[in-house]
Amino acid sequence: MNAKSSKKSSLIIKNLHVETEDKTNRLVKKAILKGVDLEIKEGEIHAIMGPNGSGKSTLLNALMGHPQYQISDGTIQIKIDGESKKLNELKADERANLGLFMAFQHPIEVPGLSFLHMLRTIKNLKDTDPEKQSLESLLEELKAQLKKLKIDEQALERGINEGFSGGEKKKLEIFQMKILKPKFILLDEIDSGLDIDALKIVAENIKEFFKEHSPAIIIVTHYARILKFISPDKVHILSHGKIVKSGGKSLAHTLEKHGYNEVNKQ
Amino acid sequence: MDQKINTLFTNYKYGFHTETKSKLVIPKGLSEKIVRQISAIKEEPEWMTEYRVKAYKEFVKRPLPSFGPSLEGIDFEDIHYYIRPQDKTQNKWEDVPAEIKETFDKLGIPEHEKSMLAGSGAQFESEMIYHSIKESLSKKGVIFDSIDQGLKKHPELFKEYFGTIIPYNDNKFSALNSAVWSGGSFIYIPKNTYVDLPLQAYFRINTESMGQFERTLIIADEGSFLHYIEGCTAPTYSKDSLHAAVVEIIVKKNAHVQYTTVQNWSNNVYNLVTKRAYAYENAEMIWLDCNVGSKITMKYPAIYLVGDNSKGEIKSLAMAKDHQCQDTGGKIIHIGKNTTSKIIAKSISKDFGNASYRGLVKATKSARGSFNYSKCDALILSKDARSDTIPKISIDDPTASVAHEASIFKIDDSQLFYLMSRGLSHDTSVSEIVNGFANPIVSELPMEYAVELKRLLEIETE
Repeated sequence: MNAKSSKKSSLIIKNLHVETEDKTNRLVKKAILKGVDLEIKEGEIHAIMGPNGSGKSTLLNALMGHPQYQISDGTIQIKIDGESKKLNELKADERANLGLFMAFQHPIEVPGLSFLHMLRTIKNLKDTDPEKQSLESLLEELKAQLKKLKIDEQALERGINEGFSGGEKKKLEIFQMKILKPKFILLDEIDSGLDIDALKIVAENIKEFFKEHSPAIIIVTHYARILKFISPDKVHILSHGKIVKSGGKSLAHTLEKHGYNEVNKQ
Repeated sequence: MDQKINTLFTNYKYGFHTETKSKLVIPKGLSEKIVRQISAIKEEPEWMTEYRVKAYKEFVKRPLPSFGPSLEGIDFEDIHYYIRPQDKTQNKWEDVPAEIKETFDKLGIPEHEKSMLAGSGAQFESEMIYHSIKESLSKKGVIFDSIDQGLKKHPELFKEYFGTIIPYNDNKFSALNSAVWSGGSFIYIPKNTYVDLPLQAYFRINTESMGQFERTLIIADEGSFLHYIEGCTAPTYSKDSLHAAVVEIIVKKNAHVQYTTVQNWSNNVYNLVTKRAYAYENAEMIWLDCNVGSKITMKYPAIYLVGDNSKGEIKSLAMAKDHQCQDTGGKIIHIGKNTTSKIIAKSISKDFGNASYRGLVKATKSARGSFNYSKCDALILSKDARSDTIPKISIDDPTASVAHEASIFKIDDSQLFYLMSRGLSHDTSVSEIVNGFANPIVSELPMEYAVELKRLLEIETE
């Protein structure tokens, strides 16, 4: 390993076991992830595919620090500038402030709280240097990004995800990503519920951000569709809480042709 | 010492108290003699003295309200019913006694006035200590005075309307107010006069075990426009104080009145207020009512839509924490044809706080084609907090249309996770969700009050 590559940021998941409470009986824990290993470096895109219930969303939520998903074994770790930091015990906001971001499969509504207010609050918390972004320049940036995503400017003043269509909500997740500029991006079924035009717009914006900022991106998806627009470096298949197969992007096509059962057998 | 303890245990920043030399303090307790004494001090005409005595007798006779929170804790004998802080109402801020001026300076009141207001008044204990209005408005015939001055200077106008909207025997506390009323505003807006900036009154209780009984009378003549704002605070004491105000508003044909309240009494104040407006033909009345402070508040601003095509709106926000009780809501009575009204009530309760909505929407037989929409949202922040929604709907006319929605929210884990995943701390996320909930009401407030209320919401949800 040369000096340059060791300075690259990376997200390292080792032997990750995650369980959740059974909804019908809080005393019963249900194991969902049963030993996931994954390493992703900045400038890489990994796709995680798998059938319903295989644990894809759980993996992303556990990485982001959702309190409902408890880590029973293993570690989540990030390396930035050669320094590693274990995330297991950190809350979602602490992880976000270390550079993690998750685009939600089902974005949550927060009535009355506007995107503008939230993003401004976050920016103000982050930018402690005296040259922090003025409101004018932030507004300019927000509007420019909305335009690229073909979302009406008025969205800024509306309550978070309040009354937006499914497709708009997904676009607004990518909008937030572009504003917050994370280093580690978790996209949870960003392609579901998007028509082909919206999918193209979303994919273009992800690619643009990837080119400019070179983050590490994990895309969780059911379909190879989005991978035609965004080319992954690696594809992993998650099944019953474990990564059962990893490969190049051709794996996604094989999967689409033959289905999960066939690929699992191979 | 008191103040030190207060700042240790509460975040209430108005809990300080000022040493003052009051000009006249009537000893605690209430009797016909004291009622007559107050009237004599004020050199009132006989009809008013007799009105007060009649009201006092009604007050003694009437039981405490049979609904809502218990008021058994009020010791009516342990209250000062009248304290005069200075000799007369000043209309120059410089002439207000230094220690009182300092109090209002600390509360930030004079600054509010400079650019944003058409006029302002300030009440300290039982009297308005200050009242002023822009000259351009007084030249147009706008009257904005203390109510005591209103009686002296405009006796006919006063007598024509005083007590006509809220009779002394309306309820126990309107009777009490009618017996011992002192201070408050007297406002008359002439025909077709548009007062573009708000008029404001600020109420301050300073003495322990004080009773404040201000009385406000607003007459908006035909085609006029007014926005009136009131704010109130008090020092935190271990003994209770009582605030029982009566506000009467007449909104004549084509006139528009908005009455905005930001109530932030300290948590030892019983706040029992009767507010009512009559809206005549094509007139519009809006109550914007925010209740954050007090020990117990019982207040249901009412609008009687008397004239055809008149409109009424009640927008309210109540917050209750610790053991506070905000029993608030509103009443709308549709009498004229094609009258429309809207009630938007939001409440937030925390700890052992109780923030409840109690309301009445009534359409009489004459209210053909009337329409009401009511929406009550309650946000409950902790498991011991409480909120009840008690709407009463009474419809005597088959063409009336009334809709009522009520919902209860708690802070949702998924909302918290969403905001935290964006980088906001747990506490900031909670306060942002609460702010978002309150925003439809808060955003209607004049800017300085909106900023203040947002700050309060942040503190209250800590």
